[in-house]
Amino acid sequence: MAKINLRRMARNQSGVITAIKVAGELGQRIREMGLVPGTRITIQGRAPLNDPVALRVMGGTLSLRNNEADHIEVEVEEQQP
Amino acid sequence: MKPSFTVALAGNPNSGKTTLFNALTGARQHVGNYPGVTVEKKEGPYTLADGSRCNIVDLPGTYSLTAYSVEEVVARDFLVQERPDVVINIVDASNLERNLYLTTQLLELGAPMVVALNMMDVAKDRGINIDSDKLATLLGVPVAPIIARSGQGTVALMEEARRLGQQNPAWNPLHISYGEDLDNTLLQMEKVVSDQGLLTDTYPARWLAVKYLENDSQVKEKTEQGNREAAAALSRMTAEASRHLQTTLETFPESLIADHRYGYIKSILRQGVLSHRHDADRLYTSDRIDRVLTNRFLGPLLMLAVLFGLYNFTFSYSELPVAWLDGLFGWLSEAAEAGLPDGPLKSMVISGVIDGVGGVLGFVPIIMFMFFGIAILEDSGYLARVAFMMDRVFQTFGLHGSSVMAYIVSGGIAGGCAVPGVMATRTLKSRRERLATLLTVSFMNCGAKLPVLALLTAVFFSDRQALVMFLLTLLAWAVALLVAKFYRLTVLKGPSTPFVMELPPYRLPTFRGLLIHTWERTWQYIKKAGTVILAISILLWAMMTFPGLPEEEEARFSGRREAVSATYGGEELDERLAAIDRQEAERGLELSLAGRIGRGLEGVSRWAGFDWRTNIALVGGFAAKEVVISTLGTAYSLGEVDPEASESLAATLANDPAWNPVKALAMIIFVMFYAPCFVTVVCIVREAGSWKWGALAVGFNTLFAFALAVAVYQAGMALGLG
Repeated sequence: MAKINLRRMARNQSGVITAIKVAGELGQRIREMGLVPGTRITIQGRAPLNDPVALRVMGGTLSLRNNEADHIEVEVEEQQP
Repeated sequence: MKPSFTVALAGNPNSGKTTLFNALTGARQHVGNYPGVTVEKKEGPYTLADGSRCNIVDLPGTYSLTAYSVEEVVARDFLVQERPDVVINIVDASNLERNLYLTTQLLELGAPMVVALNMMDVAKDRGINIDSDKLATLLGVPVAPIIARSGQGTVALMEEARRLGQQNPAWNPLHISYGEDLDNTLLQMEKVVSDQGLLTDTYPARWLAVKYLENDSQVKEKTEQGNREAAAALSRMTAEASRHLQTTLETFPESLIADHRYGYIKSILRQGVLSHRHDADRLYTSDRIDRVLTNRFLGPLLMLAVLFGLYNFTFSYSELPVAWLDGLFGWLSEAAEAGLPDGPLKSMVISGVIDGVGGVLGFVPIIMFMFFGIAILEDSGYLARVAFMMDRVFQTFGLHGSSVMAYIVSGGIAGGCAVPGVMATRTLKSRRERLATLLTVSFMNCGAKLPVLALLTAVFFSDRQALVMFLLTLLAWAVALLVAKFYRLTVLKGPSTPFVMELPPYRLPTFRGLLIHTWERTWQYIKKAGTVILAISILLWAMMTFPGLPEEEEARFSGRREAVSATYGGEELDERLAAIDRQEAERGLELSLAGRIGRGLEGVSRWAGFDWRTNIALVGGFAAKEVVISTLGTAYSLGEVDPEASESLAATLANDPAWNPVKALAMIIFVMFYAPCFVTVVCIVREAGSWKWGALAVGFNTLFAFALAVAVYQAGMALGLG
């Protein structure tokens, strides 16, 4: 169990969001998509140039830029080999 | 018959809201704008089972009711100001938890509401079972399961809406607990709001207090205008609560509020409303498609193929209808030529009105095909993937991944058109990124610039023409992106709009939806842009025609004609008469208002190597870039040169000592980057919502292009390349 930044998560890695450290419009946009503490997410993949990132949340797929993912702290369940 | 009541349709993007609206209203919808903003307002009538009619208003698709985007402000202003009798909140049953976030906010506002539980079929396929009766009981509002695509359940939904609307219930705001700290603050704030009567005729008191805690700019501003002291008191309470939360919980009021809304949703869903037959993370068909379509290597290749396909679809398939329209207007011109007496009226009818209307309608097939193509990409969900894959590149220039479509259509693949390109920016939801895109798409090499570039490169760079044309395409991209970046650092300065977006599941678009979408956009172009374009077209014709030749000069040309007629005969006579006609046309153009402007600018334009003939041609190019060639032809006494067959002009330029490769290159650069043609300008104004953006596109682009042309010309001449 470790808390890491969403940006640092690997493909197919899952985790539970512990904190969203941003206010204002960006914070709002992140939260309204279901990214709130306690939500389980799985990294689905990254765009060809590594940014943005696509993730599965609440049965749907979302994408956000790496610099937006920076504000999201995740507790990962297992470290990928 | 007057509609008995109004229904507002609210819901998330991708929840099937537009599909439901189309299913309910069919082709009888009316598209306008909300006052003062460029957000579309769609409404349409619906006939209920008892024969009475209601008016359905399709609110913009949003995830929240904050004040951060125009769409959200428009949606909530409509709800609180217009007070619709019933709100239908459409939610995606296959993505229920997230969709209920907006539902919760609508419940907190308190308007009479029916929840339309859409995509029940998709949910079932995914092994999701929803107890809609239980959901209705727990939410305290009617819930109607529907499948908007097939129309299933919509009659029952509208019956439910009618029943609720006829009861005419009072607004009943839902109170959610946001935790002890915020609840206490809210009680105090509510007291201030109620005691002072702050906007209580518009918003529920608690709702206003919650918006204060959410730092809502619109509500704060409105309160301050009404009662400065009370507003200050509310701000003080908010600041205190915020400070307290940050020290004790390291969080903001707005995030605590969001957390508790999701808590409320979870508590409802857990009470047996939602059950999964499969693992929620199971991969569906859509995810498997994504493995290929957004694959690191295959994804970009397939995307290039799709964009190239869209481009070809737009411009190749529209060729035939464009040719028909050309033929029709050609025939009208001939009829006017034969039927009207010579004089200014005839000239105005042919060159002003017929060419003008032809110019407006000539774009219609292209616009229709483009919107049809983009609608397929958008409705299928692929457009979101294009944005996903391209974003890294465009983000660097302060743009958005979706900008790529507009650039491609405008001539990113040489030969497009900026008019549909400007309209294609509608797929961009973020304002600054959208404006930066629509102000720069006209730098691309559109189909009308190509004959000009082809002519000049053929004459002056004949041995490397293909290479030069390719480099000019790259140059267009570089300039467009850099100028976009420049705008984002100056007039459109500001942080990038959050990119956070859904990658919706792939869906097969409905044909009906595509047709309605395409027709709506095209009709708007004809109706709104058409009239302005026609007026400007007549104005430009007048500039190129008046004041015309003075009487003594006209008499001189007549005299020469008589002399020639007396001396020659047969073919020799025809040729000589035609030559006099051409010289008269040249002299007429020179003395016209455009000619005088061209002459007047010669002092300045000399710096870029342009003489008055070139200047007039460039003024004419404001009508459409290919007009540069025909006007240049007239200015060189060649008569009107057909842009598709400009050999006579090519020969003249090649032999004219005033022309050289440096001047040609300066002219190419100028034509590529100066003011967009006025049809594009009109579209920029329409899409951006203000004349000032059109003025910026004309002014900035012309100065910018001139500076580049001067630099090229002066450097080239200094290096002795002329």
